[in-house]
Amino acid sequence: MSLATASTQPGRTRRRPADVAGLGRVGAGAFMAPALALIGLFLIFPALWTIYLGMTDYRLTGLAAGDPQLVGLDNYTDVLSDAAFWRSLRLTLAFVLLSGVLGQTLLGFSVAWGLRRLRPWAKTVVETLVLAAWVVPTSVGAFLWLALLDRRDGTLNRILDTPGTAWLIEYPMASVIVFNIWVGTAFSMLLFSSALGAVPPSQLESARMAGASTWQQLRDVVIPNIRGHILTNTLLITLWTFNTFSPYLLTAGGPNGRSEILPVYIYRTAIPGGQLGVGAAISLLMLLINLVIALGYMRIGRERKRSS
Amino acid sequence: MAAITTTALVKEYPGGVRGVDGVDVTIAHGEFFALLGPSGCGKTTLLRSIAGLEAITEGTLHIGERDVTNAEPGERGVAMVFQDYALFPHMDVADNIAYPLKIRKVRREARRAKAVSVADGLALDGLSERRPAQLSGGQQQRVALARAVATEPDVLLLDEPLSNLDARLRLEARTFLKELQRDLGVTTVFVTHDQAEALALADRIAVMRSGRLQQIGTPQEIFQRPVNTFVASFIGSTPMNLVETEVHEGALRIGEGSAPLPEGVRVPEGKAVVWGARPEYLRWSTGQVAVGIPGEVSVTENLGAATLVSVVSGDTRLQLVVAEEDAPEPGDRGWVEASPRRSLVFDAATTERI
Amino acid sequence: MTTTTAPTTERRTAAPAAVGRRTARKFVVRVLFVVAMVLVGFFFALPLAWLVTQPFSSTPTMTVGWPDWTLDNFSVLAENPYALRSIGNSLVLGLGTVAVVVTLGSLAAYALSRVRVPGRDGLLYALLLLSSVVTGTAAMVPLFQLMVATGLVNTRTGVVLALSGGVLPTVIFILKDFMDSIPRSYEESARLYGARPGQILRHVVVPIARPGLAFVAVWALVQVWGNFLLPYILLRSPEAQPAAVIMYTFYTESGQADLSLISAFSLVFSVPVILMYFLVNRRYGFRFHGGIKS
Repeated sequence: MSLATASTQPGRTRRRPADVAGLGRVGAGAFMAPALALIGLFLIFPALWTIYLGMTDYRLTGLAAGDPQLVGLDNYTDVLSDAAFWRSLRLTLAFVLLSGVLGQTLLGFSVAWGLRRLRPWAKTVVETLVLAAWVVPTSVGAFLWLALLDRRDGTLNRILDTPGTAWLIEYPMASVIVFNIWVGTAFSMLLFSSALGAVPPSQLESARMAGASTWQQLRDVVIPNIRGHILTNTLLITLWTFNTFSPYLLTAGGPNGRSEILPVYIYRTAIPGGQLGVGAAISLLMLLINLVIALGYMRIGRERKRSS
Repeated sequence: MAAITTTALVKEYPGGVRGVDGVDVTIAHGEFFALLGPSGCGKTTLLRSIAGLEAITEGTLHIGERDVTNAEPGERGVAMVFQDYALFPHMDVADNIAYPLKIRKVRREARRAKAVSVADGLALDGLSERRPAQLSGGQQQRVALARAVATEPDVLLLDEPLSNLDARLRLEARTFLKELQRDLGVTTVFVTHDQAEALALADRIAVMRSGRLQQIGTPQEIFQRPVNTFVASFIGSTPMNLVETEVHEGALRIGEGSAPLPEGVRVPEGKAVVWGARPEYLRWSTGQVAVGIPGEVSVTENLGAATLVSVVSGDTRLQLVVAEEDAPEPGDRGWVEASPRRSLVFDAATTERI
Repeated sequence: MTTTTAPTTERRTAAPAAVGRRTARKFVVRVLFVVAMVLVGFFFALPLAWLVTQPFSSTPTMTVGWPDWTLDNFSVLAENPYALRSIGNSLVLGLGTVAVVVTLGSLAAYALSRVRVPGRDGLLYALLLLSSVVTGTAAMVPLFQLMVATGLVNTRTGVVLALSGGVLPTVIFILKDFMDSIPRSYEESARLYGARPGQILRHVVVPIARPGLAFVAVWALVQVWGNFLLPYILLRSPEAQPAAVIMYTFYTESGQADLSLISAFSLVFSVPVILMYFLVNRRYGFRFHGGIKS
């Protein structure tokens, strides 16, 4: 009996799965279920639960630890009237702007642009160094900078002949910003390297033949061609810099909160500070900001895919 | 005077590969000059060297009276149209055409006006505000041309100008290009691998191979008097018949018959030569001829108004083009007759024409 | 029609003096460029220089200096129980995450690639969005709470699950992309011979997809190896802490930092991930999938 008759008999409603492996919708669902369950439990659920947690007075220890009460929007009003929060927000803004948008993007682009004019061996050396800074685990990277900036034995003080300068204490934000640029530039460099490679050489040569200088070529050919990449890069860098916890490893937010960016502020409020409810409230704000940035990134990505 | 002169031009890449290996060529002012050859022959490298996009390793390059061997691309008075047109996607047609003027700091209104007038002259009326992506292939090509001629260059360089167009458009564009060059009178050098294109467009052609010049001449010269077997076989829509043979009693043994020596050519008896005759210049005869090559038709290929006939004579295969009324059938026997005025003979060892 | 007099386009003649000036300027620009590149290289190299010199010095200091090339520090490292155990923990966390993520991810990616699931594109879009938005930092509080509530706090399992959750969306993305490029004819012929989905997966798909799976495995390991935040907040006891956290405690908690230990430890902790990264890069090139690095 041929298989064909099975599906043409009246009354048979079960269709053979149309896909290659014969999974069918049910099978596909079963395949996806464990992954989706994990994501649901450890990604979606926490994000949603924050909304609830942010409205309680959960604490790590003490009475409210065992018996939390709903306090509505009290946490939010507390946070918004806390000077430390606003300072943290300002610092975070400065951090993202200087380290991410300006620092990593500009340096990454400049390095990518410069790499094209270097001899192969020099190119490999520079690329490897920049990448190594990114790949090295954050704890190690932080220590390397701690050693570099050390007051007594730091190499920086030796080189600049500024003995006794405690960089991390006197210039905490600057140190943290430079550290983050050191860690993060590799991504921008790689992204712009590939973007620059995709600029048609004939357009650059056309401009060159028209007499354009290097700067004019950059302005008239390169930047317009990679506009989309600049935008996506900026958004991604903004997102990651905003969320990075690594400055904690360098300064722990100090001294006296002078480098307490938002991730560190949340941590200190929630865990050493024990105020989980308040921590959750700020986390929600953070999630919302992330959401806005990520949606922007997706929107641009889709438009570019549509127009390409 | 904007003639182009190269003297012993060499372009060597790191590793010793020579893209251009000692080329001497003089291109006259206002000439439409073709660089022709197979892939890798160095024609594009030579063009780019003239443009200044490749640094010249040895030798000199003069444009007009000026030595531009080491001059920047932007200051040689040279304009170039790239194979992919290289139109800036973010600028509209007028801005694209006006770009070189923008670099020369011409004011906005003036340069846009010039751009529009150049565009009109190239049948691009009304398209000034469009973006390149909204144009057809032919229109894009004309925009690229417009951008090149907007600065009134001394020299115009074209890199495979027709290869990105589909077959039908290509023929129209060919005529358009020839008229344009004649009207502008600008010295033009173009690169192509298509010999039909070179023959149709150029005033003179330089055939290149492996970085060296093989022959420079008018299309007629190249077609009728190729200087060696390479040029002979490269030129011509149907490949030239080339047969290795020897001189025997003042004639050439071909297949089971013989062909006359070319007019005015003396070759010693017994010398090894290569006989060359274009299919278009061979005649098919059903009746016996005085000096001919007897053979049997193996296949015929319909070319439209003519037929390409393949004839086997002994262990030699010849092809000839016969008018459709006289076309034989496969299996027919007859004679192939060659004309002394239209045959060629090459030295078998040096491949040069005798 | 008014004809605008075309402005005479200035012909730039290459006068010898101008050429001379320009060559000089080009030279200066080139020199400045090289200097700039050297400075950039120096900027990135200087902190790294410590990592390759001090671990081999018999008296390591915070300063970068030429070492006398001894392996003494590594024996100090070997004798420290916390240090070695933490590297073991890093391995456990890393390999555990890889196992979870590759298994669950490949199943889901395969289904998404081969079956026309309703809302598939929307799902992928949502997954990518999720993983970008719910970062470790933004979710640290609810994750902590969740672990407490489920009793998984202070367990390595909990950390593995949390790490997996963060990395899984991107893994599914990468793997689906990869599987899309595997021709379906292999599976079709297997099906013609009567193989069932599980068999097709085992006999046909997995062997062919091995390079992609290997890439993703290494990628996930690299992502997770240096992760600091999640173990820091979710694990209390030092015996369970991975190297990322122990490293931190070594130089913050013990008063005078023991540089012999720290230097060797840093190197041993860094080398695996550097090697893995460059291995992947050499083989597969660097691909972007909105990749997250904590």
